[in-house]
Amino acid sequence: MVYHYYPGCTLKTKAKDLDRYGRKSMEALGITLTELENWQCCGGAFTMAKDEIATKLSSVRALADSRDGVLVTLCSACHNVIKQTNYAMANDAEFAMKANNYSKFDVPYNGETKVMHYLEVLRDVVGFDNLAKAVKNPLKGKKIAAYYGCLLLRPSKALQMDNPENPKILEDFIRAIGAEPVLYPYRNECCGGYMATEDQSVAAKKSGQVMDSAAEMGADMIITACPLCLYNLTKNAPGHQIPVYYFTELLAEALGVKD
Amino acid sequence: MNNNLKEQVLRMSGVNPLKCMRCGKCSATCPSYDEMEYHPHQIVYMVEKGEIEKLMASPSIYKCLSCFACVERCPRDVEPAKLVEAIRLAVIRQQGQNHLKAKDIPDLIEADPDLPQQALVTAFRKYTK
Repeated sequence: MVYHYYPGCTLKTKAKDLDRYGRKSMEALGITLTELENWQCCGGAFTMAKDEIATKLSSVRALADSRDGVLVTLCSACHNVIKQTNYAMANDAEFAMKANNYSKFDVPYNGETKVMHYLEVLRDVVGFDNLAKAVKNPLKGKKIAAYYGCLLLRPSKALQMDNPENPKILEDFIRAIGAEPVLYPYRNECCGGYMATEDQSVAAKKSGQVMDSAAEMGADMIITACPLCLYNLTKNAPGHQIPVYYFTELLAEALGVKD
Repeated sequence: MNNNLKEQVLRMSGVNPLKCMRCGKCSATCPSYDEMEYHPHQIVYMVEKGEIEKLMASPSIYKCLSCFACVERCPRDVEPAKLVEAIRLAVIRQQGQNHLKAKDIPDLIEADPDLPQQALVTAFRKYTK
């Protein structure tokens, strides 16, 4: 099985750690992520309007180029945009027709590629039991709050990743690397997202609520798969001391492949 | 009331506001509720009544975070965020109506060099044509 990998814009710039530790860890687990040639930025947000075609074409190209395997995403936003685009290609005949008319692929694309988030590869291909066996430095005694945010789970109809209201994939991951998951009410609420560019105070309010909620339940640290969540939680929630990490960094640490 | 605009918004969004049973769950779950002049459940009703121009002129349409909470949690599958998006597009697709302009980007980066690319591309996609 070929695991095509779509890193996305931010993993090549501000979120290099998310990418680097992700690749190293997957390699250590026996799976090679092959970066897709000529991938283009997904745009960060799926445009819901049915008559928006051009904004979704970069995702359509990545999907069509991955037909011989699985397309793996790591950034929450890429995951969200590419899965929603794939769902639209499979279920919205008019959109698929227009995208195909423009793209002129040798064989029309209609949503055949399987898209998996990195965490889904850990859960469904590697298996959390096997991951636990591969761990060299278990993160014993660490109380970790998983932050899903909005993009990993919703809309569940298209993403089909986990239960959108009571997810457990990140908590299972935390257990597999030897730590203790901390449940808290705001784990799947929004950090304020791109509102940081429009009104920073909104991002501060939303991120502050998430940090307060995790702190109240006794978390030592928070993990995320999203560069924008990490940015908002660390920079736009002043006065909060809980450190925020990419989950791949802790994974690499547990597997003993962190520099 | 502008029926032409209402039809455009319904077609773009694929939403049927008549399915709404006015439970208010969309507004209760919206992380931007406090920032909005018109709240998600009101927006659904206003679209049904054809008050599109009022919504197009409201800052509320730039407050949606695209977090899909109302889409996921609507018990009637009305999916209010799709209406907000269609109304915002009806504005920014007009000549000269981009909410975020390319010339504003360098200032945003200068104000905070840590701002991730993801924030900029997402804002640009949401606010600009």
